[in-house]
This record gives sequence, C-alpha cells and structure tokens, in this order.
Amino acid sequence: MKKASIVMIVGPLFLLGLYIFPLWNIMLGAPQYPDPLGLNIHISGLKGVNEFDIQNIDGLNHYIGMHTLPKPEEMWEFGTFPLIIGIMVGIGVLIGILGYLNKVSYKWFWGWFLLMSVLGILGMYDFNEWLIDYGTNLDPNAIMKLTNPDGSPMTYKPPLLGHVKMLNFDVTSLPSIGGYLMFVGMMLTLFAGFLGWKSSKQ
Amino acid sequence: MKIHNRLIMTFGATLLLVSCGQQNQSSNGALASSAAEKVYVAPGEQDEYYAFLSGGYSGNLTVYGLPSGRMFKEIPVFSQFPTSGYGYSEETKPMLNTSHGFVPWDDAHHPDISQTNGELDGRWIFINGNNTPRIARINLSTFETEEIIEVPNSAGNHSSSFITENTEYVVAGTRFSVPIPQRDMPINEYKSNFKGSLSFISVDPEHGHMDLKFQLLMPGFNYDLSHPGRGKSHGWFFFTTYNTEEAHTLQEVNASQNDKDFIAAVNWKKIEEYVNNGGGTKMPANYAHNLYDEGSHTATTTMKKEVLTVDPLKVPGAVYFLPTPKSPHGCDVDPSGQYIIGNGKLSADLTVHSFDKMIAAIEGEKFDGEAYGIPILKFEDVLAGQVKSGGLGPLHTEFDGKGNAYTTFFISSEVVKWKLGTWEVIDRKPTYYSVGHLMIPGGNSRKPFGKYVVAMNKITKDRYLPTGPEMEHSAQIYDISGDKMELIYDFPTHGEPHYAAGIPAEILAPKSQKIYRLDENKHPFAVKTPTDSKVVRDGNQVHIYMSTIRSHFTPDNIEGIKVGDKVYFHITNHEQDFDVPHGFAMIGQNTSELLIMPGQTKTSVWEPKKVGVWPFYCTDFCSALHQEMQGYVRVSPANSNVELKWSLGE
Repeated sequence: MKKASIVMIVGPLFLLGLYIFPLWNIMLGAPQYPDPLGLNIHISGLKGVNEFDIQNIDGLNHYIGMHTLPKPEEMWEFGTFPLIIGIMVGIGVLIGILGYLNKVSYKWFWGWFLLMSVLGILGMYDFNEWLIDYGTNLDPNAIMKLTNPDGSPMTYKPPLLGHVKMLNFDVTSLPSIGGYLMFVGMMLTLFAGFLGWKSSKQ
Repeated sequence: MKIHNRLIMTFGATLLLVSCGQQNQSSNGALASSAAEKVYVAPGEQDEYYAFLSGGYSGNLTVYGLPSGRMFKEIPVFSQFPTSGYGYSEETKPMLNTSHGFVPWDDAHHPDISQTNGELDGRWIFINGNNTPRIARINLSTFETEEIIEVPNSAGNHSSSFITENTEYVVAGTRFSVPIPQRDMPINEYKSNFKGSLSFISVDPEHGHMDLKFQLLMPGFNYDLSHPGRGKSHGWFFFTTYNTEEAHTLQEVNASQNDKDFIAAVNWKKIEEYVNNGGGTKMPANYAHNLYDEGSHTATTTMKKEVLTVDPLKVPGAVYFLPTPKSPHGCDVDPSGQYIIGNGKLSADLTVHSFDKMIAAIEGEKFDGEAYGIPILKFEDVLAGQVKSGGLGPLHTEFDGKGNAYTTFFISSEVVKWKLGTWEVIDRKPTYYSVGHLMIPGGNSRKPFGKYVVAMNKITKDRYLPTGPEMEHSAQIYDISGDKMELIYDFPTHGEPHYAAGIPAEILAPKSQKIYRLDENKHPFAVKTPTDSKVVRDGNQVHIYMSTIRSHFTPDNIEGIKVGDKVYFHITNHEQDFDVPHGFAMIGQNTSELLIMPGQTKTSVWEPKKVGVWPFYCTDFCSALHQEMQGYVRVSPANSNVELKWSLGE
C-alpha cells in the first residue's frame, strides 16, 4: 500500500504541468502559411504558438465572419479551470498521504480518478460547445458567406480531435504537453489504485 | 511537367557545351557531371549561397541564389526605387542627400560583407557609390540600406568599399585625383598639384555606424582597386594605381605609357596610431552622413564640416610603392595574407608580390627611388612570382581556400585557375563575353567557400533571346569543386555588376527579419491602433495619420482638403504577419507609390491641384479583398469652408 500511495501522491502532481504547458493545440496550415498558424489552449487562456498568431488568425477569420478569439477575461472557464485543477491536485495528494498513513483505502484512489475523469469529460464537452459557437456563430455581415453543396451556410467549427480541411486551411487539433501530462498523471492514479487493490489481496 | 522538360532541355544544351571541353575528365561519370543537376534547386527548396551582385549604373544591389542564379531581391541603395518608395518617401529621401544636394542615383560597384577575424560574419554589406563618392551600409537582417556617408575630397570612389578583417574600417579610395581642397585652377596644372585621397571610415562594432576617421592624401595618381591585408598582413591595405604619369587628358594613351605603375602598400595601423596620438591636419569639409533608424523608420542627414587629413610623409614607414606592371586593376590578397596580386590589365601576366619579401625589403631599406617622397621598393625584391597565363587583360583574382587562385581575363574572355606558390596554370575556361570581376563566396576573406565561382561579364551579345540594342549583362557559374572548372549555368544579371560578395545561406537565412514590431515603432506619425487615426491641419499642411490592415485603410473617407494644401499620408501597416505588405498610391501624385512592410510607417506627399473627389488604393495584392482596399479624398477649392473630417465605415 505504501508503494501505491507514493504513486498516488506523484500522479496528481503531473497535472501541475497544465499551469505551464498547453492542454490542447490547434494548428492551421495553408499554402500561403507554410509555417502554420497555431493556437495553444492553456487552462488559463489562449495563446498563439508564435507571438502574433492570435492576431493573424483573427485577421483571417474576419473575412468569414468569425468572432475574435476570446481573451482570458471573456470566458469564465479560464478563471475556473486553474482553480479546479489546483483543488483536484490538492485532494489527490491528500488522498495519497492519507493512504500512506493507512487512513484511507485504495478505493479513494479510484474515486479521485473517477471524479477527475468526469470533470475532464465535462471540460471537453464545454470546450466542444465553445468550438461549436466559435465556428457557427457568424457575423451576418461577413465579407464571405459560403455555402455547402446542399445550400446550407458553411460553418467553421475546428475539430475537437484530429484533422479537418476547412477552405484553404488544414486544421489539426491534438492534445498538447499539458494534456499528455494530465493523461499520464491520471493513469498513475489508476495504477496506484491497482497497486493498492493488489496489496489488499495479500 | 512541361516546364520540367523544358528545363532539362535547356540544361541539356548547356551540358553539351560544357562536355566538349571536358573530354579528358574521365574520373567523373556522365551523370555525376550533369550541369543540370548541379544548378537545379527543386521547387520549394533553397539555394546554398546568397550572392550579392552590385548593380553598377542601376545604383543598387541585387540578391541572387547560388547555384540556381535566381534573383531574390533588388536592394535600393544609391538610386530612387519607385517599387518601394525608397528615395521618394519622406523617411528615405534624406538617404540620398549629399553636399551637392539630393543625388537620386549613383554607380554602385564593389560590395563587401563584414568580417570578424577575417571570416564572413554576415552582419552588414557595404557598397560604394562611384560617381558622387559615397559608401553605404546595408543591414543583412532587414536587407535595407541603413547608412550612407559621403566621402569628401574624393572623385570616382572606385578603390572602395573594402573592409579590414575585423570590420575596423571600410576603405574608400579615389579614382580621380583632384585639387584638395577643391579650387578653381587650370586643368593642365594637374601634375604635382592634384591629390588622391584614401579614406579610412571606421565602423562601430555594435551598430555599424560609419565615421570618416582619417584621409590619407596621396600623390595624384588614379587609385583603382584595393584589398585589405589579412592574417599576417592584417594592418596593411593595398591599392593598385594607374596614371602614375599624372596625365590629365587622353588618359587612354597618356596614362598607359609607364611600363610599371604601383601597388601602394598602406600600413593603416601605423597611421591609426599616429592619428590616435593627435596626428593629422583637420581640414574644413562638407559632406553628408545619412543614417536610417529602424525604430523610427526614418533617415536623417547630418552635414559634417571637417575631415582629418594625413600627409603620408609625416608618418614614416606608413606607405610604400610596389612597382607593378601595366596599369593594374584588381589588387587581391590571398587567404593567408602572404600574396598580393596585381592584375596588370594591359599585360598578359599577373604579378604576385610577397608580403614577407616586402617587409624584408622595407627593413633592409632597399629602395628604388621615391615618388613624391614615398619610397619605391625594388620590383625584384618584392616579387613572389609571375603567372604566365597566356591570357590577355587580367582584371581580378579570387581564391578557393585550397591553394588555388582564379583570375578573370577581360580581353581573352576567360577565367584562369592557377596555383599559388608554383604559379602554374591548372585550367582555363571561356566566359561569354569579356569578363570583368568574378566572385567566390568568401573569396576575399581568410575562409573562402570554394565551391562555385561566378563570372560577371561586360558583353552579352547572343547569350539570351535578343531584346533590342540594350541587354542585361550575362554571368556564368562554374563548379570549382573539382580539379577542372565546369561551366554549369549562365544567367542575366541586372544593371552592370562590377563585383559581388557571396555568403553561405546558413549564416544569413536564419536571422532574416520577418516583420517590424508595431509595438517598437517610434515613428512620430505612427498610429498604433486604428482608433488613433486622425487628420490634422497645420496651416496649409495636412497630416493624415492612417493605418492599414487587411483589407482597409483607416480612415478611408477624408474631406476638407483644399487645393494648394500639402498633404502628408503617414501610413502605418498594422499587420504583424510575414510577407503582408500594403501599398499606397494617390492619383496624380508627383512621386512614387509606397510599399509599407508590416509594422512600418512611411510617408507620401500629395499636393492636390484640382478640385474633385480623388481615389487612393493599395498597390500590393495583399488579400482576397485587396481590390476593395481603397478610399476617397474630397478636394475643395482653396477658399472653401468644408470642414476637415475623416471616417471609416460610416
């Protein structure tokens, strides 16, 4: 159980990477952008991969009537997510310590994992909702109003995960370092539960 | 695919030509020596070297890639350039100021890249204006001319602009000797009255700013070309001379009488020390120093009023003459600094002097008379060897860093490869036609990159499709990586390249600037956000603070301008995206358009002469909505009361 608890203490600490590294990344490449424009999604706000990428993405998107990318203060998520992550890291480490002191069982480890997974899925859902709004809530006076072959107005929702061809842009959306660190951390807590479960069997 | 085939056919033809002279080169297989393969830089790929070719009478500097021969850019230096507005915009007009007023053109000759420890460092490139003597410095991260200094007491600034091995000085020698100071006197009193000035312009190691440190007043010969000593001869500078006869008319004949002219060896370290210890004579002068500031995107002119002159006789041991046959043109120093090559343009041979022998002769005081008090060394004492090439009219020599030298022969139209030390000729290849200078990247430094040589010709004739009586000059690229030179490409240049400088792309490309930062723009008329845009009247001057972003001007409707006004459009490009310039042109303007780079501010003047509503537009195809990037200015009669107002989207 001691080994399991140490893993449980270490696992949530991986989430601290989210304060430094982006959770997610969206790259936009086009023939005239051989060096693609890029958007890093941090839990505290959006940042360009290169200094002026946000300005340049906004500049291009205004042709098709997309709104400018939100600043941190324009979305409650960027205030709340860092808090939630902080609290969850704190709870996770505390559970680990309590496990080390044999105050709680390995089931708490899985409990933390479950809670974090639910929060993560909610976060992804929220993120996807924003992507839908960002890609479909278009200025009615847009310079270019494009339609699909069936006549419906074209929308520009970036993919949550994977690659989509959007007009002249290749848009690729993938987890970034912070996201991978979170995944590793969560797997560690799952593994900590497994170790705990194994030691409880002995 | 069609284009590809055509390329292969073209290169194939070149290959045929080449292979005629290559029959004894059996070590390379047919495929390995394919000229097409050697010069072909596939779409999307980049060249190995930058080549900066002077534009001669275009007044500018052109940038090419090697080995492809593709032209990347023309950098405006001494000439007004309507393409970008250089020399037309209010910010850049001061760059062309001289003591003779605004001189919108020059004859740009010899580019030289800055060096550290005798190796190319790629910070700046310098080039001389030959006609109204000037030296320019170009920044090699923006590829823009940043500074031009006029050279007083000089005329035909030809033995320029060569730099010492740590870029301590950029050196500018006069071709014409003139009265110094200038005065009204009979031309036929030239002899012993005219002087030739050799100017040592110091270069600030941090900013590159130029300052005329001292001017050596030499006998009234013509100082043709020059090069710095390097390595062991660092601290010396060598100048070829012609017209040591001091003829003032029909020089063609009268300046070609002496069997030998001189190479002047100048110990600049000695003179620098003399000057630093208070030596030299201050002489009243008047010359322009034009400096462009990247922060304010604006050039300013300062007129300098004094120059420090040095009489060579006052600094013993500073100057010696090395007799050199027949009006030598190029004066070239090998990478080790040991050999000084005089390219006697009216002879068949090359004269190579030895630096060690020169020092020994100076120390042994073995003089063969003097000229105006300057000791002449004995020809035999300083001679290292002669290259009996069999060619005619040697002009200029560069080096490959592997012990070989390459000399152009103007009259016999060829490049001759020969070995330093043994003076034997290894190879010769024709040029098309009448080659002037040649260039090996770093060929004028301690560390040449001996892979290609570019020969720049004076005569084109039938090399390309004819374009009437006037044609661009031709250039040829030879692969010099093997024992024998191989002609691999032939391309037209722009203007008349007199010399060139090359540098590996890996030194320059990574530091090439993409944009100017808007937040660092210190132009007094810049607008940082579109909401700051405004129009301000000051008497009959109207200042329009305008911004641009894809795809509109702010403001784009302006009223209250009157006939007789002088309207300044100060335009700031708000883009911060690579390669998104905006242009500006106003109908009926008596000037050029502007091309404004991201983050930059430029100013254009318009003096409306007619009442009406007059359009302006963006001249650079900036975006899908470029054609919509336009606006109107309402011009009212001089006495009207139309209120000044401006707007966008109202």
